[in-house]
Amino acid sequence: MNIQEALEIVSQTHSGMVRSHNEDSVIYDASCGLVVLADGMGGYNAGEVASGIAVSVLSTEIKHHLESVRPEDNDDSGEEVGVALLRENVQKANTSIYSAAQSQPQYAGMGTTIVAGLFYDNRVAVAHVGDSRMYRLRGETFETITRDHSLLQEQIDGGMISKEDARLSKNKNLVTRAVGIDAEVAVEMNVYEVQIGDIYLLCSDGLNDMVEDEDIGSTLQMLQANLPLAAGQLIEMANDNGGRDNVSVILIKVNGDFAAPRSWLAKLLSWFKN
Amino acid sequence: MAAKLILSMDGVVLHEYTLNKERMTVGRKPHNDIAIDNLAVSGEHAAIVTILNDSFLEDLDSTNGVMVNGVQIKKHFLQNNDVIEIGKYKLKYMNEQKGQATAEDFEKTMVLRAPVKTQNVDTTMKTTQVNLPPAYAATGKFEAAPLQAAVARPVPVAQTAPAEKPPAPPSAAVRPAALQILSGPNAGKELDLVKNLTTLGKPGVQVAVLTRRPHGYFITHVEGVVYPTLNGKALDQHQHQLNDHDIIELAGIKMEFYFKE
Repeated sequence: MNIQEALEIVSQTHSGMVRSHNEDSVIYDASCGLVVLADGMGGYNAGEVASGIAVSVLSTEIKHHLESVRPEDNDDSGEEVGVALLRENVQKANTSIYSAAQSQPQYAGMGTTIVAGLFYDNRVAVAHVGDSRMYRLRGETFETITRDHSLLQEQIDGGMISKEDARLSKNKNLVTRAVGIDAEVAVEMNVYEVQIGDIYLLCSDGLNDMVEDEDIGSTLQMLQANLPLAAGQLIEMANDNGGRDNVSVILIKVNGDFAAPRSWLAKLLSWFKN
Repeated sequence: MAAKLILSMDGVVLHEYTLNKERMTVGRKPHNDIAIDNLAVSGEHAAIVTILNDSFLEDLDSTNGVMVNGVQIKKHFLQNNDVIEIGKYKLKYMNEQKGQATAEDFEKTMVLRAPVKTQNVDTTMKTTQVNLPPAYAATGKFEAAPLQAAVARPVPVAQTAPAEKPPAPPSAAVRPAALQILSGPNAGKELDLVKNLTTLGKPGVQVAVLTRRPHGYFITHVEGVVYPTLNGKALDQHQHQLNDHDIIELAGIKMEFYFKE
């Protein structure tokens, strides 16, 4: 099955009930299995500019590269092309945003979080920086597969504060990494096996700050037969709970197998390996 | 900006301390940041560790213990208006950080430059710094705090009150409602709508979802070729608000929606 047939993807974004404009940007490209969500920050419209640059750099560059290379192959350094493409283009977005911020005073200090996934060969490569998240619903289990780059997450990891108490923290909005605020950025990369029936959720903190993980998970579980409705329902829940921030979601449902087609030689080699 | 502790005994305010150090100690000996010269207080009784806008209280194995809001604690994550009791002394924790920022400013994401240090952190984004109100100083004290917090936040927000859990449950104010099944094998049965989402029907055949929202109950079609009907009229893709005694028909089963009070 090709990737476009194997994945069902929907996205939705909303400015919320308090903010006048939307600094989140989302984009997806079903033909190459790419999903990108960015939550911008900075004065006036700089946040929108930063998140907009990030999603457009990732989508145009990765789509362009995938016309000539295959994500499941290894590059010269032995790394998978899909992983390298994601990382390099988050860094490229970082450079674009950083230089725009340096040259235009109204953009000084702008930045963005990012979470991006590239699906290929029954796997998903995930890149993230900051506190935008990716979750996975597999069977009954709903969990985050990204770990926030935030002060609060560091405190949780360090045992200073329990997960339950973390909800009460006033340090929620402090991210320890962002795209575009420095000349360099450290991108966290992970690769996960994908199973048929999995549902992946990418979201900005406007969702997970307003709606408990448990409620997000049960909503996906109940409405998985209708993905657009599930996306709309998540946004509606965030807004019904106060909608204090922009809220964006991308949902990806895995409907089929999308193993990379292999040549007879590759099949033979892998048969020998096993 | 920083949080404060207000020391009092028998309702008389004795002193006010600003939590402007990463670690402050409370004890009988004079070298403590908060020194209380009383025999019921251990030499070094408790410590308060502050990281940016959050403070944590810890009992330093004191002889007589530490209470917060009447409960004995070893370690405690302080919330605005918490009352710490050490012997006869009370320390009220005041942290109005976000309660007074304007809706526009509060909770905007900011970046911390790594490595993360406590205090004096270089927040890189001047434009997004939370604007703090002119000191909630002299007049603010005890009584004014909750009121101001409420005014500054038009939406129900949890962090100001210690007992609440964010996000505020949207369902609290919704009238309880139920479905009564009118036909089929389960006729006569009643289903209380106690969850935010309730799905009805058979997966793969016909499913609808009932959502409980702050301003009422709604029905939406989820899957299936045939759409459910509401008072004899087929639904479309949009959600429809339910009124008292509406009749829903789904997969051949009739049911009535009604409010319980």
